[in-house]
Amino acid sequence: MGKVINIQPVTRIEGHASISIELDDQGDVADARVNIMSLRGFEKFVEGKPAEELPRIVNRICGICPWMHHLASNKAVDGCFGVTPTPTGHKLRELMQTISHAEDKLLHFFFLAAADFVIGPDSDYAVRNVIGIVKANPELAGQVVKMRQMAKMILDKFSRKTIHPVAGVPGGFAKPLLEEERKDILGKMRQILDFALFTMDFAKKDIFPKYIDTITSLGVINTGFIGTVDDEGALNLYHGKLRLMKPDTSHVEFAPEDYADYIAEKVVDHSYGKFPYAKVWDEGFSMDLDNPKGMYRANTLARINVADSIATPRAQAELEEFRDQFGRPAQATLLYHYARLIEEIYACERAIEILEHPDITDPNVRAKTEPKAGRGVGCVEAPRGTLIHDYSTDDNGLITRANMIVGTTHNLGPINMSVNQAARLLIKKGEYDEGSLNKIEMAVRAYDP
Amino acid sequence: MTVKVASEWLNSCSGCEISIIDMGERLLDVLKVADIVHLPALMDNKYFGQLGDGTHLDIPKADVGIISGSIRNEEHLEVAKKMREQCNIIIALGTCATHGGIPALSNSYTNEDLMDRYYHTETTDDDGKGYPDKEIPALLDACHAVDEKIKVDIYLPGCPPHPDHIFKALVALVQGDEIKLPEKSVCDTCPTIRGGKGKITKIKRFLEAPEYGSADEPLDKMQCLLEQGYLCMGPVTRGGCGGDGVLPRCISARVPCRGCYGPVRHNGNQRLDMLNALASNGINIGSLPESVSLLRFSGGHGMLRPGFKKKES
Ligand code: SF4
Ligand code: SF4
Ligand code: SF4
Repeated sequence: MGKVINIQPVTRIEGHASISIELDDQGDVADARVNIMSLRGFEKFVEGKPAEELPRIVNRICGICPWMHHLASNKAVDGCFGVTPTPTGHKLRELMQTISHAEDKLLHFFFLAAADFVIGPDSDYAVRNVIGIVKANPELAGQVVKMRQMAKMILDKFSRKTIHPVAGVPGGFAKPLLEEERKDILGKMRQILDFALFTMDFAKKDIFPKYIDTITSLGVINTGFIGTVDDEGALNLYHGKLRLMKPDTSHVEFAPEDYADYIAEKVVDHSYGKFPYAKVWDEGFSMDLDNPKGMYRANTLARINVADSIATPRAQAELEEFRDQFGRPAQATLLYHYARLIEEIYACERAIEILEHPDITDPNVRAKTEPKAGRGVGCVEAPRGTLIHDYSTDDNGLITRANMIVGTTHNLGPINMSVNQAARLLIKKGEYDEGSLNKIEMAVRAYDP
Repeated sequence: MTVKVASEWLNSCSGCEISIIDMGERLLDVLKVADIVHLPALMDNKYFGQLGDGTHLDIPKADVGIISGSIRNEEHLEVAKKMREQCNIIIALGTCATHGGIPALSNSYTNEDLMDRYYHTETTDDDGKGYPDKEIPALLDACHAVDEKIKVDIYLPGCPPHPDHIFKALVALVQGDEIKLPEKSVCDTCPTIRGGKGKITKIKRFLEAPEYGSADEPLDKMQCLLEQGYLCMGPVTRGGCGGDGVLPRCISARVPCRGCYGPVRHNGNQRLDMLNALASNGINIGSLPESVSLLRFSGGHGMLRPGFKKKES
């Protein structure tokens, strides 16, 4: 065996990971692996805890998408206790979720990913970051910071706590929305929608065309996809059926409760995180680049691929344009960024729709509930992919068993493949530089892990 | 004057870093006086050199080192030690760093318990090859607060700490001032109506909305949630979560406190203090469904141990 290149830590991603690239004696890539470096054990330590407390415990799985864990957990507890949230309870939950999506995508696109495109993939690592963008383009940066902060502060002000939220509760939501609050949030969401549309134009004009060669080559792999759709087959982030699509677009649909019949997780020796695959395809698990087996992807590109349409007009128009250019399913990994901006528009449009619903200020936001034995599966689309929380409770409503599949997890196999693909493309005969290593990380960053 | 800052996240959820970003436009002011030399969430500095061929872990020198997250594995420990070596002042940012945080709930279990569950869930494909052990750092015996392993100079608890506190602390550091943070309890900052002791005898679970009148009724018209019979950790939790001049976050969402700012005194025991507070008010502590969760934010420092669950809950 030749040398090993350690990209550690992978930076400008939202979690903790490292990459090891193994070169053979000729200096060509023999193998490349993504390592998930730690294990926290949530599945174990929530046992014995009162189920209604879980939405306030498991949100600590991720501080970037805590609303997603909070809501999936609330839905799972609703299921265990057999309570149906009030209609407005559901709407307030979805409102928080969509605004959180809108905020998260701005954060990812501008704070984490944009430096690779705006400053450039081969630029000096010391300035290839959001601080570099602030210096290079203070006007745009100021606008981004302002808009992202506006979205974040809507959540903070209304729900009172948005990093590790508490306002979702089994049976609904903890507090009603007042009319003045509704008006205020609506006005702000309209501004954020405008910014989302501006961002899309900016990217379509100044970024994507410039990098089209990179987009169509870097990290490209061939896989299936997973995402949530409503009864009409349209994209939905808060509820619906799961659609698991093969690369040829044929697909199965299932209720979230049945997830274990369709997907399984493989234990690999180099990562604490398990690698999911589509068990229902009955072809096993392989990350072989030419002949992958069981590999499917989640997150923005996946949702855009599995959905037949998007129920809001501007996002639908963008989807059509995207499909005309890249087909369905689109496989190029860097298109995750493009899909992210389409979803950004959807999230803003959907939040506005919810805010315009006459029930949204109904004070009946929370149904009373009783602890009991049961099972509940809560599923939402997190920015990073389909999130599943599955709990069982005893007669006293204490957790007896919990299984969680976190959004990014679905993508671990595909990320590993994209890294391998990118490494083979960029490292030959032992020759590589900082820029090539950063480009390999760009293949990871697209997935926003 | 500019101050060099290095920031690291260990066994963390990224929430503390997001809270830094939530300073919003103030962040741009901070960037004028802070020269950030290392911050994996936003910058590309690598441990093993930019070409990935270094042989030992390196972090640049800095005046201030910010560490979020607890210490759970060998790599966290190595990074924490390196940060101590390279930085003059170490700030433990967030309750994971100061007291272990939510992930320290795992301290009621052995690593084998955690892995046995995680690698045998109903969706796990167990091909009998054992647990992962290549290219990944081994887990330590428990989830440790940062000061269990290295010296900490400044503690900024909170899950996450309020951006106002982070901003104040950074400004004070740049100006060389002393950092003043709230030292009261959550109750001391809570305006709810308190009628006095002895009316309730047992704790209800939080399964329905508390009484608070109409939706726009201000907080000082709502009766204390503990007096309404719900467990509220306000009495034993460090105050300040609402930031400058704002009310306790959860209470103003009509939800009881669960203790995320950690104990009022750094080495307090939130579980014992809460049980004492309940008992001395004549509340039957047997009415709690379990009590391990009272240490859900502060199970580091050996507060939670394997077997604790069975013996003491
Ligand atoms: S203290 Fe809270 S926000 Fe900070 S890393 Fe820990 S869990 Fe996340
Ligand atoms: S117990 Fe809770 S509700 Fe009551 S005063 Fe303290 S913090 Fe406020
Ligand atoms: S009320 Fe308690 S749990 Fe809620 S944010 Fe404040 S300290 Fe944390």
